This record gives sequence, C-alpha cells and structure tokens, in this order.
Amino acid sequence: MSRIIPAGRRRPAAAPQPQRRISFSLRLKRILRAWQLYVLLAPAIIYILVFKYWPMYGVQIAFKNYNPVDGFTDSPWVGLTHFIRFVNSYQFGQVIGNTLWIALLGLLVAFPVPIILALLVNQLQSEKFKKFTQTVLYSPAFISTVVVVGIMFVVLSPRSGLVNNAIQLGGGEPIFFMGSAEWFRPIYVLSDVWQNAGFSMIVYLAALAGIDPALHDAAKVDGASKLQRIRHIDLPGIMPVITVLFILAIGNLLNVGFEKALLMQTPLNLSTSEIIQTYVYHAGLQQAQFSYSAAIGLFNSILNLALLLFFNSVARRANQSTLW
Amino acid sequence: MSLKTSPVNIENPARAVSRPRPKPTLRDKYGDRVFNIAATSVLVLSILAVVYPLYFIVIASISDPNAVYEGKVWLFPSGVTTEGYERIFADSRIWNGLGNTVVYTVLGTVISVTTILCGAYALSRKDMPGRKILMLLFVITMFFDGGLITKYLVVRDLGMLDTVWAVVLPGAVGVWNLIIARSFFEHTVPNELREAAQMDGANDFTFFFKMVLPLSKPLIMLMIMVHVVAHWNSFFDALIFLNDDSKYPLQLVLRNILIQSDVSSSGTTGGDIESYAAAQRIAELTKYAMIVVSSLPLMIALPFMQKHFTKGAMIGAVK
Repeated sequence: MSRIIPAGRRRPAAAPQPQRRISFSLRLKRILRAWQLYVLLAPAIIYILVFKYWPMYGVQIAFKNYNPVDGFTDSPWVGLTHFIRFVNSYQFGQVIGNTLWIALLGLLVAFPVPIILALLVNQLQSEKFKKFTQTVLYSPAFISTVVVVGIMFVVLSPRSGLVNNAIQLGGGEPIFFMGSAEWFRPIYVLSDVWQNAGFSMIVYLAALAGIDPALHDAAKVDGASKLQRIRHIDLPGIMPVITVLFILAIGNLLNVGFEKALLMQTPLNLSTSEIIQTYVYHAGLQQAQFSYSAAIGLFNSILNLALLLFFNSVARRANQSTLW
Repeated sequence: MSLKTSPVNIENPARAVSRPRPKPTLRDKYGDRVFNIAATSVLVLSILAVVYPLYFIVIASISDPNAVYEGKVWLFPSGVTTEGYERIFADSRIWNGLGNTVVYTVLGTVISVTTILCGAYALSRKDMPGRKILMLLFVITMFFDGGLITKYLVVRDLGMLDTVWAVVLPGAVGVWNLIIARSFFEHTVPNELREAAQMDGANDFTFFFKMVLPLSKPLIMLMIMVHVVAHWNSFFDALIFLNDDSKYPLQLVLRNILIQSDVSSSGTTGGDIESYAAAQRIAELTKYAMIVVSSLPLMIALPFMQKHFTKGAMIGAVK
C-alpha cells in the first residue's frame, strides 16, 4: 500500500488538471457539515439497500440449494446445477424463443410507431387538433394493464365479442383469439401499441419542440417539402433522443410486458405465451423452487445487461449519444 | 403549451400574395397538401382506433346483454339497462378492493414522493461529498436487479407478507423518477439562492423545506400524479405478496373477475342451460360495466393531469 500512494501522487503533477488532494480531516469536516443532506438522502439509500441490493446479494441462491432455515448465506452450494437443469429442460428452447419473439416484435413494431405519430402530430397546423390528438392518443396509458387485458378478453370473446361479431357479420367463422397460441403475439404487440404509443410519443414531441424553427424556415425558403423537412431536419433533430430510448428499450428488452403476458396467459396459449419471466413466476412462486427460478431470473438479467452493454458500445462507435 | 412547431406567421405573408395555380411556387404546395391529407387521415384513424373500443365498452355496459351477444350494438346502446352497474355496486369485493386501493395509493404516494424529493435534492447538491458514488449506487439498480424470487424472499424475511407494507414499500423509489427530480432541482434552484439563504443563517433543512419545495410545485405535482396513477393501476406486488383476499386492491379483484372469470358472487347456481346462458350474458355485462367504473376516475382526471405529464416528459427529455 505504502508504495502505491507515492506513485498515485506523482500523477496529478503530470496531468493537465491537478487533482486536489484533500486531507482526511478536511474531508471529514465537509462530510460532517453536509450531515443534513445525508439525512435527506437516507430514506432513499435505505430503500435501495433493502429492496435492491439485498436481493442482489441473495442472487447467490441461484448457485445454492436454498432452504429457508439457512437463508441466503448458509444454504449449501451446488454450483451451476440449476442453470444446467434449465438449459436441459424441455421448456428451455420454447421459453427463450417466446421471450425473444415478443421482445423483437415489440422493438420492430412498437418502437417506431410513437416516432411516426410524433412526426405527424408535429406537422399539424391547428393547435387545437394537435392537443386533442395528443390527449386522445395517450389516454389508454392511464388504463391499467389489468383492464386493458380485460378489454381484450371481452372485445375478442368468441361468443359475444365485438371483433367476432364483425367477423360473423362478414360471413367468417368466429376465432377464439385469447385461447389460441398463434394469436398471442399479434394481440400482445398490437395492444401494446394501442396502449403505449401515445404516451411514448410525448417525449419525441418534446424533443421536436426543441428544434430551432429557423432551420425549418430556411428549408422552406429553399423549397423543401414537408416530407423533406421531416427527413432532413426533424429526424436528425430527435435522433439523440431516439438512440437513448432505443438503448434503454434494449436494456429492458427481456423485462418488458411481463405483467401483461402473465395476465394474457390461458392454458391454451401457453406454448407461445410462456416467457422467461412468467416461467420464473410459475416455477418459483407457485411451485416454490426458489433456487431454480432464481437461476433463471439471473440468466435473464445477465442476458439483458449484455444486450445493453453491446448496443451502447455500438451506439458509441457510431458516434451517437449513449447512456454513459 | 410550449409544444409549438414553426410559428404560423411565417406562412401568412406568403398567403397574402396571390398564387398563380399552375406554376409551382417556391414551396412544393401540391406535395405538402397530399402530405397533410395523408397525415391527418392517419391520425384520425389512430384516434378512432383508440376511441372506438372504449366507446363500445361504454355503450355495451348499458345495453341489453342479449343485444350485445347478437352483435346488434355498434354505434348506440340498445335496450338500456343499468343492471351491470347495480351488480357491481352490490358486490362487496369491489368496494373492499376500492377501499384497499385508496389506502395503498395514499400511503404509497406519500412515501414515494417524500423519499424521492428529499433524496433527489440531496443528490442534486454538487457540494455533497460522495455524490457521484451515491448516484452510481442508484443507477446500477436500473440495469441489474436481483430478480423476482430474491425480492420475494427478502420481503418474506422482513415479515411483510400479507401486510400493507409489502404493497407499498418494495416499489417505492423509481430511479428514473429520482433522476428526473434531480435534474429538475439542478435546473431550477440556483446556487446563488442557496448561498444567499446560507448567509441569512438557513441550514440545509430550512433551505430545502422553505425555499426549494415551494419553488418545485410543478415537480411535486408531477411526482404525485405519476405515483397515484401507478399505485391505482398496480396489481403485481399485491399478487405475489398478498394471500389474504380481504387485502386485495381493486386491480387484483378486477383481474379475478374480468380475466379469470370468477363470477361466483354474481349469484348463479345450477339450473337449466338456458338460465346458465342468461347468467353468462349478465356476467359479460357486468364486465363491461366494471371496465367503465374502474377506468373512469383516471379518465376524468386526465385533462387536469395532462399538462403536468407533458412537463414531466420535457424534464425527462432534457436529461
């Protein structure tokens, strides 16, 4: 230790901005003087320590055979047993496949829609119509997931639902949407767009409002059409916001919509609706296989983190704005 | 509203000049007009796609269930009945759930908003020692978490299962909200103000409560509303942490009735197929009414909340 410190001290002298070395007692004095700030922060810190970091510490049970008596720390180690069991289980391929499918469809369909909507709303001339559109489009975001799925069940009901009534009116056969595996993905993604596109649109609208109107005026004088202005002014203008939200979406790719998938599950559509998170819920909480499902959850988190890091570095290499 | 695009007065001078129709003007007027029509129709269609299902549910909730069943209800209710609503209001589970939701919402919002505002203010102070490390501690939790199972075990070890706290505490502090609040404080509370207050003998507490909070009304409103909506709509924590159905919040009750079709208390037992089918239709009617009743409070509040949410999105976008 004592050898490292002088080496560390030599650096600031060479560096362009000299690092101020604050003596320990001065530092302590500063900390003590800010005690009130620490008191203000304390509840939040306690919260994350208890409800975020304690569970993280508990993740070790993924490598153990957890039993309640021994708790997180003293349960016996079993290595990668649970991971191997998951990878070898007959549901592995299906669960991973379903998760990736839903995540990908969500990204391909649900991510661009709010951007398109924002670009269109932004072009509206009438302030009143603009505001009206905004309010209407984002109102479904305030309906709870439970109710949205409830709406899907009644509107898509095979016996009396709106959609099937329309199909029958057109001479078709009624479809049992909520009970069929092949309809799960389209319904899931479309309802997601229906519920959230309007709300996500607001962020892009805010970004669009920040674009210098002089750019548009100059382009107009040069004879640019609306479409051209959208392509060459609006889109590049909100690109940083798009990139950041895209990276965040990637980082949450495998977590999104877990509650809705769980609500939409029926015994008949399990083959497409069972995703990693719902599988964790079933295996872990309903069948009390704590270690096994913690391992699957950890698998999910690591996959997520890896995707996030990967796309963030891609964005950095492309010289786009990044998260950090 | 600050969501203005190009100022309209740019267009006006051009309009005053008479435009010869056949010659292309400086701007590609024809293409723009096509674009306007296309954009407006897309938006009108999206509005219809959002509104019609909701409208249908409202009219179906007051229509004769047989008419809905036969597909006769499209634009107007037919055979108006209030039976669906009567059944809901007679159902004790709904009232109980509503009561629980109110308790969870009020308590949860108070806890979350207080914690976030205090914490975010402290983190916004550039002179707080260790600020960067503490911030990092929060940000890490955005990208990695212990997962559902360990969270459940922690809550169980704390002895919170089947208590109000299990619903209110585990999701109390959203780091994203904390960051929004922090950047709000960074932008709205000038350093000079704090120095002046300190000159006058204010310590951090008095400055925070007497100066910062009154300055931060828009933020406080936003945070309250975000949390009220979130608590009102949440069901998942209750689903995993509560077993006692007398503690269920409204959304969990709704889930059991709407989605799992647990209509046990709507009073149908046995009988012939005909009366069973009729009971089924009434159960469907009850579902429509239930959707309306549970969404109505937030829908009514929406116009009042809109401006705050838009502001919130701006703060978020600035970050």
